[in-house]
Amino acid sequence: MLAALKSAAVLKPSSLRQLATWAHIPMGPPDTILGITEAFKRDPHAQKMNLGAGAYRTDNGHPYVLSSVRKAEHSLLAQLQDKEYLPITGLAQFTDAATKLAYGAQSPALQGGRLAVTQSISGTGALRIGAEFLNKHYPNHQVYLPNPTWGNHGAIFRASGLEVKQYRYFDKSTNGLNLEAMLEDIREMPQGSVVLLHACAHNPTGVDPSLEQWAEIQQAMEEKGHLAFFDMAYQGFASGDADRDAGALRMFVEGDRVPVVLAQSFAKNMGLYGERVGTFSVVSNDKEERDRVLSQMKILIRPLYSNPPVYGARIAAEVLTNEELRKEWLAEVKMMADRIIGMRSALRSELENLGSKREWKHVTDQIGMFCYTGLLPEQVDSLARDYHIYLTRDGRVSIAGITSGNVKYLAESIHAVTKD
Amino acid sequence: MEANSSVAALRLQGILTHLSPPSSTIPPPPLPLSLSTLSSQQININMSSYFANVPQAPADGILKLSVLSRADTNSTKVDLGVGAYRDDSGKPWVLPVVRKAEQQLAADPQANHEYLGVGGLPALTQGAQKLIFGADSEAIKQQRVYSIQTISGTGANMVAAVFLKQFKQPADAAVYISKPTWGNHRSIFETAGHVVREYRYCNYTTLGLDIQGMLDDLRAAPRGQIILLHACAHNPTGIDPTTEQWQQIADVMQERSHFPLFDCAYQGFATGDVTRDAYAIRLFVSRGFELLVAQSFAKNMGLYGERTGCLHAVTALPEVLPQVSSQLNRLSRATISTAPAYGAKIAGTVLQDAELYEEWLGSMEMMSRRIKKMRDLLRDKLVALGTPGSWDHVSQQIGMFSFTGLSKKKVDRLREEYHLYMTDDGRISVAGLNSGNIDYVAKAIDVVVRSD
Repeated sequence: MLAALKSAAVLKPSSLRQLATWAHIPMGPPDTILGITEAFKRDPHAQKMNLGAGAYRTDNGHPYVLSSVRKAEHSLLAQLQDKEYLPITGLAQFTDAATKLAYGAQSPALQGGRLAVTQSISGTGALRIGAEFLNKHYPNHQVYLPNPTWGNHGAIFRASGLEVKQYRYFDKSTNGLNLEAMLEDIREMPQGSVVLLHACAHNPTGVDPSLEQWAEIQQAMEEKGHLAFFDMAYQGFASGDADRDAGALRMFVEGDRVPVVLAQSFAKNMGLYGERVGTFSVVSNDKEERDRVLSQMKILIRPLYSNPPVYGARIAAEVLTNEELRKEWLAEVKMMADRIIGMRSALRSELENLGSKREWKHVTDQIGMFCYTGLLPEQVDSLARDYHIYLTRDGRVSIAGITSGNVKYLAESIHAVTKD
Repeated sequence: MEANSSVAALRLQGILTHLSPPSSTIPPPPLPLSLSTLSSQQININMSSYFANVPQAPADGILKLSVLSRADTNSTKVDLGVGAYRDDSGKPWVLPVVRKAEQQLAADPQANHEYLGVGGLPALTQGAQKLIFGADSEAIKQQRVYSIQTISGTGANMVAAVFLKQFKQPADAAVYISKPTWGNHRSIFETAGHVVREYRYCNYTTLGLDIQGMLDDLRAAPRGQIILLHACAHNPTGIDPTTEQWQQIADVMQERSHFPLFDCAYQGFATGDVTRDAYAIRLFVSRGFELLVAQSFAKNMGLYGERTGCLHAVTALPEVLPQVSSQLNRLSRATISTAPAYGAKIAGTVLQDAELYEEWLGSMEMMSRRIKKMRDLLRDKLVALGTPGSWDHVSQQIGMFSFTGLSKKKVDRLREEYHLYMTDDGRISVAGLNSGNIDYVAKAIDVVVRSD
C-alpha cells in the first residue's frame, strides 16, 4: 500500500515528504532482556517462570519492597517536602552517603575533597555519564568489556561514541573465570585503555575473581596504565556483606596505582529499581582536579536530563543515614542474598538428585543474582516453548525468580532438556 | 616567564620519573602541572593524571544564579530567576492533587518500585497523549501516535534530538530555534550533533512577536528543516503567536516542508486552559503534519524534581509506528534504561482519575491567574510610578516568564544593589512576584531604569 501511495501522481510534494519522513526507519532490534518479560507476560500457563530480568522476588514469587525502604518512605511523606529541582549533581546527602557505602567511610578516595560524584539515573545513567565523560576528556576511546557482559553495556558505550572491545573472561569449559586469558588480554590492550570491571556478582555469569585474582588483575592494569571503570550494581547482594562486596573496588582505590571511576546502582540492593537511583564518581588526584572534573560532568548532564529524580534519592539518603534504618537495611540485603544462595543450593541438589549426568557445581560456585547455566540457545528455547520457563538465550538464569515452590519444576525441566 | 615555567616543569618531570617505580610504565605527567599540589606529604606514586588537562567548565547561567540567590541572606531579596511556581508567600507549592495521589500510592499495598517498561507508565503516557492531542484526537484513534516517558522536558528534547540526528531527512537538515529560546535548547541539539540555527522571534523594540521576521526566516530556510516551536508560554520571552499567526506559521512550514518539533512545558500554565494552550499543536496535527512533541509535567503539575515527561511522535501512517517506537525505545534504553516511576505514578493517577483531573485543571487555572495578576500589578505600578518606557508587554506576555527589556547592566545593578535576581537577558519569573514584594520590585526597577 505504501509503494502504491508513493507512486500516485496526485500527491502534493509535502505529502510525499511526509510519507518519506519515517518510512526509511529500520525496525530496532528487540531488547533481549526486557523482551523476555514481555513474552512471559503473554504466557497464560499456570507454572510459568520468569527467570529473565534481574529483579528480586520473595519466596512467594512477589516483588519485595524492603521494610527499611517503606519506613523511609512513610517518614518522608509525613515531612511533606516540596518537589523542587535538585542540583545537576543531585542530592548531596545521598551522594555523600552512597559513596561512603561504596568506598568505605575512611577511604582515601573521600579524603581532601578528591571525589567527583554525581547522582545518576541508576546504573545505566551512571555508565552513560561515565562514557560521555571519557569520550570527551579521556585520550583513549576504546573501552574493553568482559566477555560476556550485561546486554546493555555495549549499547551505552557505543551511544557515547566509544569503541567497544572485549577481553576474555568466562571459561565455558569450567563455567568459571579464565584468569590467564583475561590477564593476557589486559596486557595486550593499548596503553591507557578503559577497562570495565564488574565490582561483584558479575552479570550474567555470576563468576567473580577472588581477592588474590583481583590483585593480579590490578597488577596487569597498572603495568599498562589502564583506567578501571567499575560497575557496581550488586553491593551487598553478592555475599550479603556490603564491605566484602566492595573489596575489589577498595583494593584498587587503596592501591592508588590504577585510576578508578565508579558506576553505582541502588536498584537491586535497595529494591529501588524503577526509581532510578545511582551515582557516578571519579577518584581525582586532588580537590582542584575534582572541581574541574565535576564542572565538566555538569556540562554533560545538563543537556541529557538537567537534574536527576528526587524521590528515590531521598529514600536512599534516609535509609543510609538513619542508624536504625541502615541496620535494618543491611539485614534485609543479607536476607535477600541468603535466599538466593539457598536457591542455588536447592537447584543444584534437585538436579543432582534427578541423576543429571552434567556438572552443576557452578550453580553454587557462582555468586549474585545470576547463574550462567551453560544451557544452549536451543535448550533455552525449548524451556520457553515446552516448559513455560523464560530466561535469556545465553543461558542466564535470574536465581531471584526461583522459589521453594518452583525449584523442583525448574530442575525437572532443565534436566529434561539437557539429559540427552 | 614561559622559559622559567617550562624549566621548572622539566625539573618536575625529572623528579617524578625518579620517584616512579622502575617497573611501571606510567607516562610522565602532562604539562603544565600545578606546583602547589606537590608538597612532600602529598606526593603519591601515581603522579600522572589522565584528567590533568580537563578544563574548568563555565557554570550554568540559570543554576548559577540560583546558587547566588540562595547564598544571599538579605531580607529584601527577591528571586525572579528559576522558573518554578511560587505561591503568594513566595513558597514552593505542591499541588493538592499531587499530595492526594501520593497518599493513594502510600496506602496501596500493591505499590512497589519495580522497573517500568521501556516505554514508561501507560497511565502516564496514555493520559499525556490525550492531554496534548485531545481525548477525541483522530491521530490517537488512528494509532498514529507513539508516546515514550522521558526525564521531564529536557529528557524528551534530548531523545527527540538523538532520534532526529539518526533519522532526519534530509540528513543535513539543521535545527532552527527561536531567537531567543531556553538556554538549554542549543546545548541539547548541538550535543546531539545537529547544526543549530536561529529564526527571528522576539521584536526587541516592542517586546512582542516579530511575526514577519519569523515567517521570512522560515521561508528563506532550505526545505525540510527541523523547526523547534514553543507550544505556548514561550521561554524566555512570554511572547506567544495568536491563533491567526499560528496559522500563518503552519502555512509557511507546509510550504517549505519543514518538520515541527514542539516543546510543550507549560500546557495549562499559559492561559489557564489546557485546550487553548494546546491550540498550536492540534492545529499542526489537523493540517496533516508529522511531528514530535516534548512534554513536561514539571511546572503544570509541580512535579519539577520528580522529572516527569513524555515525548510524543505523530506519524502520517500507523504502519510506521512500530519502527518509530522501536527506535525511540532503543535510544532511551541506552541512556536511562527505563524512566523514573514515582512521578509517573503521581501524574498517571491524576490524569486517569476524573475528580483529581478536574481539581488539577482548577489548580492550573489558579496558578496562571495569580501570575496574570502579578503581571498586571507590576505593569500598573510601573505606570503609576511614571517609569520611563512602555510596560504593556509585561501584562501582554504570557506564562511564567516576562522579557522585561532590562539591559544586563540594569540586571546587574538590580542584583547587586537591590538583591533582585533575574537572568542576564532581563527575563523575570513572574511567579516569583507576590503581594509582599511587588512594590519593592516596581520601585527598584523604576530607580534603575531612571538612573541612566
